[in-house]
Amino acid sequence: MTIIRDSWTVFTRALRLSIRQPIWVVFGLLQPILYLVLFGPLLKGIAASNPNFGGDAWKVFVPGLLVQLGMFGASFVGFGLISEWRSGVIERMRVTPASRASLLIGRVARDVLVLLVQGSILVFAALAMGLRAPWWALGVGIGTVALLGACFASLSYAVALKVKSEDALAPLLNGIILPVALLSGIFLPMTLAPQWLQRVSDANPLKHIIDGVRAMFRGDLGSSTSLWGIVLTLVLVVGGLLVGTRVFQRESA
Amino acid sequence: MTAILEARNLSKTYKIRSRGKGAPTTVEAVKGVDITVNAGEIVGFLGPNGAGKTTTLRMITTLLDPTGGQATVAGHDLARDPIGVRRSIGYVAQMGTTDPSAIVGEELVDHARLYGIDPKVAAERGRALLADLDLQDVWTRKCGSLSGGQRRRLDIAMGLIHEPKLVFLDEPSTGLDPQSRANLWHHIARLRDEYGTTVFITTHYMDEADALCDRILIIDHGEIVAEGTPEELKRRVGGDQVILSVAPELAARTAEVAAGLIADSHPEAEGGEVRLIAADGGTALPKLLAGLASAGLDIDGVAVRRPTLDDVFLTLTGRSLRDDVDA
Repeated sequence: MTIIRDSWTVFTRALRLSIRQPIWVVFGLLQPILYLVLFGPLLKGIAASNPNFGGDAWKVFVPGLLVQLGMFGASFVGFGLISEWRSGVIERMRVTPASRASLLIGRVARDVLVLLVQGSILVFAALAMGLRAPWWALGVGIGTVALLGACFASLSYAVALKVKSEDALAPLLNGIILPVALLSGIFLPMTLAPQWLQRVSDANPLKHIIDGVRAMFRGDLGSSTSLWGIVLTLVLVVGGLLVGTRVFQRESA
Repeated sequence: MTAILEARNLSKTYKIRSRGKGAPTTVEAVKGVDITVNAGEIVGFLGPNGAGKTTTLRMITTLLDPTGGQATVAGHDLARDPIGVRRSIGYVAQMGTTDPSAIVGEELVDHARLYGIDPKVAAERGRALLADLDLQDVWTRKCGSLSGGQRRRLDIAMGLIHEPKLVFLDEPSTGLDPQSRANLWHHIARLRDEYGTTVFITTHYMDEADALCDRILIIDHGEIVAEGTPEELKRRVGGDQVILSVAPELAARTAEVAAGLIADSHPEAEGGEVRLIAADGGTALPKLLAGLASAGLDIDGVAVRRPTLDDVFLTLTGRSLRDDVDA
């Protein structure tokens, strides 16, 4: 299968370039750790005094941070693609016999690997700070980061290839990502919200994904909340990759 | 001679939806061009910015689907076998090919891997190509640290790593200083002479097309307006230009007398200059100067200019190529 070989080539090249510019990887890592250290302790008090919080602060907060990492860590990869496009790398690869899907898959795979490392470090840091959850739930949490990352990275590349301008991409991403993040209960569970806000957030798949990971962190694998989260994650990944591949295959992109 | 590229009636139209109401307007970027390139030729595709050069090139290189027409590139049908086309051509885009933060050798090897070439073979080939292009010592350097001329030659090496029979260079010398341009031309000529590669080059520089190309296609407003060797095209202008410097008050009278001396010379007086056309400037000059002297007209200076491709473009389109070139 040449698509696997070509994806591997694109992946190794992209990874090499990322490792050579480790500053972004470090920043991406530092961000969730800062949240953990500087924001986590605030939640401990709220969790203890408010029955709507849903239990132990770390079990609520760490799943939120993991999903946030998957979303934010991957959403901005499009900027890198625009600079690659500007230096002619994308065009150059598009006139090789390599499948155009592999140009996307290789890059997304690099982003997923980076997120897996970042997610693992986040989980270990949280364990050190007092998180207690079943080992399989931690694994599912990191897996969710990777899958959401694949979805958002793929969409980010697709949009970047369409707009081809940082000035257009930045407001577009912020305009979408920020409300989606706020309506998903990343920092505080949506059970604390007034009725109308809860209704609005019900339409957000990310909210259900976070709820699913939180349920699993409580040790609850078979419940409909957990399964719903897994199904939605898989749907988002497939959808995101399909959109991305389509854009990469289109003639004018 | 065998054709390595044959395009028939290739066209591209875009629908542009204007803001607000109103039907979308159709823009014909390329209006059915025919292109034939024979194996071993260096062919220039010349035209002002926006004439349709890059659009045509992007269609032939499988980056853009044509609206109409067909093409056979290196024996592969463009519509039915785009992968076959990609395998046999090299394409060096105007915007470059390499990531500034990547290492030269790694970019070359990775690019070759996308063609299914073994990394060891690719590394050997890459080093040999760089040496041929006077880039011996850049293998481990970052692409972004190379000079403009070096970077351009690296682009060409990238385009040649899979040993294509046909290579497309889109505006290769844009942005280079005169020395780097001359050096680049030397290397492009060698591609054909030493590797037997067929080269198709787009440019809006007349001197570039003149210096490099065996044959030139001139495109304007999406149509090919002329085709031929540089010499053939220059002959179309009708002859050499003779420029006489005179005192401004004598210019009109000088033009009048010159018109009587040399048939069909269409003299034009402007300020202290009289310009006229002569089939052969060298033989017309003595007759012209003697005639003007006997009419009592003093000539301060004289110049004979051979026609350039700029003149060809002006004759064919009524516009100077330079008018369209934005800096």
